[in-house]
Amino acid sequence: MKPMNECITLAYGSGGKLTHQLINDLFYKYFGNDLLLKGGDSAVFQTQDGNMAFTTDSYVISPIFFKGGNIGRLAVCGTVNDLAVSGAVPQYLSCSFIIEEGFRLEELELIVKSMADTAKDAGVAIITGDTKVVQRGCADRIFINTAGIGLIPKGVFYSVKKIRKGDKVILSGSMGDHGTAILLDRENLQVQSHIESDCTPLNLLLQPLTQKFSDSIHVMRDPTRGGVATTLNELIAGSGLSISLYESAIPVRDEVKGICEMLGIDPMFMANEGKVLIIADSNQADNIVALLKDSPYGKDACIIGTVTDHFRDKVYINTLAGGSRIVGMLTGDQLPRIC
Amino acid sequence: MSDQYIRAIITINGIVQGVGFRPFVYNLALSCHIGGWVNNFPGGVHIEAEGVKESVQTFIRRLKQEAPPVSSINTFQIKYASPFGYSDFTIRQSSSEHAREVYISADIAVCKDCLNEMNDPTNKRYRYPFINCTNCGPRFTITSDVPYDRINTTMNEFLMCEKCSGEYHDQTNRRFHAQPIACEQCGPRLFLLDSTGKQIAADRELEKSVELLKRGKILAVKGMGGYHLACDAKNSQAVRELRKRKARDGKPFALMAKNIETVRRYCLLDEQESELLQGIKRPIVLLKQKLKTELAIESISPDNNKLGIMLPNTPLHYLLFDGVELLVMTSGNRSGEPIYYKDEEVIEGLRGIADYFLVNNRKIYIRTDDSVTSLFRRKECVIRRSRGYVPVPLDISSAVCSVKHLSNAIPSVLACGSELKNTFCLTKGNKAFLSHHIGDLENLETLLSFETGNEHLKKIFSIVPEAVAFDKHPDYFSTRYADTLLGIKKFPIQHHHAHIASCMAENNIADKVIGIAFDGTGYGDDGKIWGGEFFIGDYSRFERQAHFEYIPLPGGEIGIKEPWRMAVSYLAQAFGSNAFPHFLPFLSKIDPQKVNLVMEQIAKQINTPLTSSVGRLFDAVSSLAGLCNVIEYEGQAAIRLEKEADARDTCLYPYEIITEEYGYRIRILQMIRAIAEDVSQGTEISHIAGAFHRTVAGITLDISRLIRKECGLNDVVLSGGVFQNRLLLGMTIDNLERDGFKAYSHSKVPTNDGGISLGQAAITLHKLMEMR
Repeated sequence: MKPMNECITLAYGSGGKLTHQLINDLFYKYFGNDLLLKGGDSAVFQTQDGNMAFTTDSYVISPIFFKGGNIGRLAVCGTVNDLAVSGAVPQYLSCSFIIEEGFRLEELELIVKSMADTAKDAGVAIITGDTKVVQRGCADRIFINTAGIGLIPKGVFYSVKKIRKGDKVILSGSMGDHGTAILLDRENLQVQSHIESDCTPLNLLLQPLTQKFSDSIHVMRDPTRGGVATTLNELIAGSGLSISLYESAIPVRDEVKGICEMLGIDPMFMANEGKVLIIADSNQADNIVALLKDSPYGKDACIIGTVTDHFRDKVYINTLAGGSRIVGMLTGDQLPRIC
Repeated sequence: MSDQYIRAIITINGIVQGVGFRPFVYNLALSCHIGGWVNNFPGGVHIEAEGVKESVQTFIRRLKQEAPPVSSINTFQIKYASPFGYSDFTIRQSSSEHAREVYISADIAVCKDCLNEMNDPTNKRYRYPFINCTNCGPRFTITSDVPYDRINTTMNEFLMCEKCSGEYHDQTNRRFHAQPIACEQCGPRLFLLDSTGKQIAADRELEKSVELLKRGKILAVKGMGGYHLACDAKNSQAVRELRKRKARDGKPFALMAKNIETVRRYCLLDEQESELLQGIKRPIVLLKQKLKTELAIESISPDNNKLGIMLPNTPLHYLLFDGVELLVMTSGNRSGEPIYYKDEEVIEGLRGIADYFLVNNRKIYIRTDDSVTSLFRRKECVIRRSRGYVPVPLDISSAVCSVKHLSNAIPSVLACGSELKNTFCLTKGNKAFLSHHIGDLENLETLLSFETGNEHLKKIFSIVPEAVAFDKHPDYFSTRYADTLLGIKKFPIQHHHAHIASCMAENNIADKVIGIAFDGTGYGDDGKIWGGEFFIGDYSRFERQAHFEYIPLPGGEIGIKEPWRMAVSYLAQAFGSNAFPHFLPFLSKIDPQKVNLVMEQIAKQINTPLTSSVGRLFDAVSSLAGLCNVIEYEGQAAIRLEKEADARDTCLYPYEIITEEYGYRIRILQMIRAIAEDVSQGTEISHIAGAFHRTVAGITLDISRLIRKECGLNDVVLSGGVFQNRLLLGMTIDNLERDGFKAYSHSKVPTNDGGISLGQAAITLHKLMEMR
């Protein structure tokens, strides 16, 4: 039905509405199979030893070095996290480099070393890889693709289908740190700030959670591209349920808030690389938060909302002013709608 | 042959049902000595009138002249036949009540007859706040389904007492088939509750409410279409307190005055304005306030010299004016939220704002806000079209008739409207049912009322749309809604094309025109934010001929809420970063770091969409002139600029019109430099603001001339929220008309985004019929 634009625009890669359109209308159309169509961060499939999770991601971030990390660390964290939120224990990663002619070896080494360190922290091994070098101008310095595989413990099964009315929505810490840090570094904005990317492997945080609360946790996602807003919209889409958020509860660092406000950007749509959204049974929600808080990576964890059946497929914020504002998914950039 | 006996067969189409038309005909027939009958048929009434020729003629004349105030006759056909020999006149049972074809009436302010009864101590409805008859009372707001019978209204919870029932069934009575008929015995009643929702009085609710108002308390009062927050407008402490509690510093409060004399005391008004105020629709009318009154105007309407005043529209309101003469009657909502209309929600919703709640148990089915209107050059200009106006349809024949091949039936269309000040629109035949004011769709409650309102209107008008029209902005919630509809043709419509088509439709124009759309934000065909556009075209096609130059809008929406950012953007373009006039006074109130960051943001194009919006230009100039750095409500910066402007100023600021491949680009950076210079030299704001208005009007004429020269068009259609600015509208029209143009502007539908859905509907209907 939808007329496809003739060319791919950047908005198709923004993680917003057009990305979903591309996936649904093109990739699903041709690749469609049961595993793919489940649409999780990882594909989960059965083996003789239980369920395995498999995922892949490409990293094209600019700048490649930023406060709190670099493209290499990100490439390990991102894939480890996609596995971890599906309940898996990440085990092996692959790693492919596409490098632009002229890239300095010294920088490459920094990146590779950082990848090794991060993998060690996360307890995963990089066991296969590939290297391509392209002509100057055919890539922006360096692109990295990683894929990862992990084993899902018996009895663990997370799915959006398990979301129920009354469930609590938990966020493991402040949102928007990564997106804001990248923005500041990329644009070299003349702002004094201590904002760092939150880029972190989440499996160490999530494994104890899965061990203890796998029955109460219904689904987990890492709110990367498109931020908390987009991820929550994805989670609730088609469920017939809604998510009601408490504006005052959503953790945002003052500095992030201040800079986003200044630039007119909503931190709800800013990427995170070391945070997890958990939708869990309300009975155990407080205990889950308590366990998250035990870890330095989850010390700011809190309940930010509730699943309701008042409305269909909506994410909305109960604002401090007493209203309720819908948080939609964006098609591309944050374009003004008001007059 | 004056005693010649004749029989007239009369067919009347229009709003003639549920408005007391049949009893009126019946009584008229009796007084004219006419035999025959009257009945309803789908779409109107049939009358057979037989009698002496002279009597029949009188009957027909008086039928037209004295028709009930609410009725509206579209067509009046008479055929004559040989006399039948009727001995009396009867109201006949309607043969087939296909009432869905019949238009539901809008809500009607209480009539004189009912008021007289209400004030008559011997009447059984003495001081009864829900008195009504077929000539007045609630209609649209209480109707849940058609046909318009009591069972399909929220009055179905009340069983008529014997007396009411008698009136209801008496063909000669003013209350014959008055569906909301009620009295103290059997009808709705008042409840006075404290701030926690606890009933504080079992009787004398009215007297106690009046007492509380006099003591400066804030009351939530349930009106026709929802709750108001009321307080004594002359008690400045109460008004200030209400502002504080609503967290609303500057947005004007609407007022309700006891009577027209009270209005005269505070406002200048002419005969037409006084008719608008006293008419059956009872809108809020924007009036020029008198310079010296004892009213604390500053706290009512701080930004401009106008007051929004209405007269009471329900009997309850009349009863409240007992010892007070002027009430603040502002929307019973929280900022950004729709007004409350359900009793079970209002207590929680207005907690901390209202001291008391004056509620009643007649439910409101459809929330309907007060309408807002004004008079411009002897023509009504509706600003918000809702209570009293809705759901009376608008004629859009021009969108239909301009299609040559009219062999097929006319399809129906749903138009989803805009994001802010949303209305939607459904069409049936050549009629457009423009919905009541829905509000800002980002709000969850509002979006839900958009969805349910949509279903409701489809149901009561029995409309199954064949196509849906929506704005091209990908993130409007109305667009998303259209996205979810299945099995229906979809028509994305450019925002400003819809604006112009809306104005064309209400002015019944089908031919090609020059369209000028000035507003704040509209998604352009090139993905940029438009709002200062010149087109040529009609319903089917539209080509952009000229536009104001693109300027970065730093921060997107924050740049709209904080006009100083737009001022910085204009200055950065006009002076460059090296010569940036940091010394301008408006910047002294803003953290220099913020200013630098915005300049950096512009230079690096971070979250800075480009815009050609004239609304933003007004914002920038208002901020530059030191009038408004941050707005509290939409249009505030422009309103202040208009208020300050000296209309007699004839100076013009410089500008350039650059010819491009596609048309013209209007370059106004020279004007920005000149204004900055004027400001820094301490030139009077009235001069700056006046010259600025005149310059924009001058640009409009220049471009229109250029377009006329090329394409010979002489009709200019003006639309968009910026034209709510009367000074600009007047100057523009004068300019155009002096030069031989014919200028058209809005009257029946808002020039702001509230009118968008009508334009979307007209375009879509037209395109749909062209495709056949």
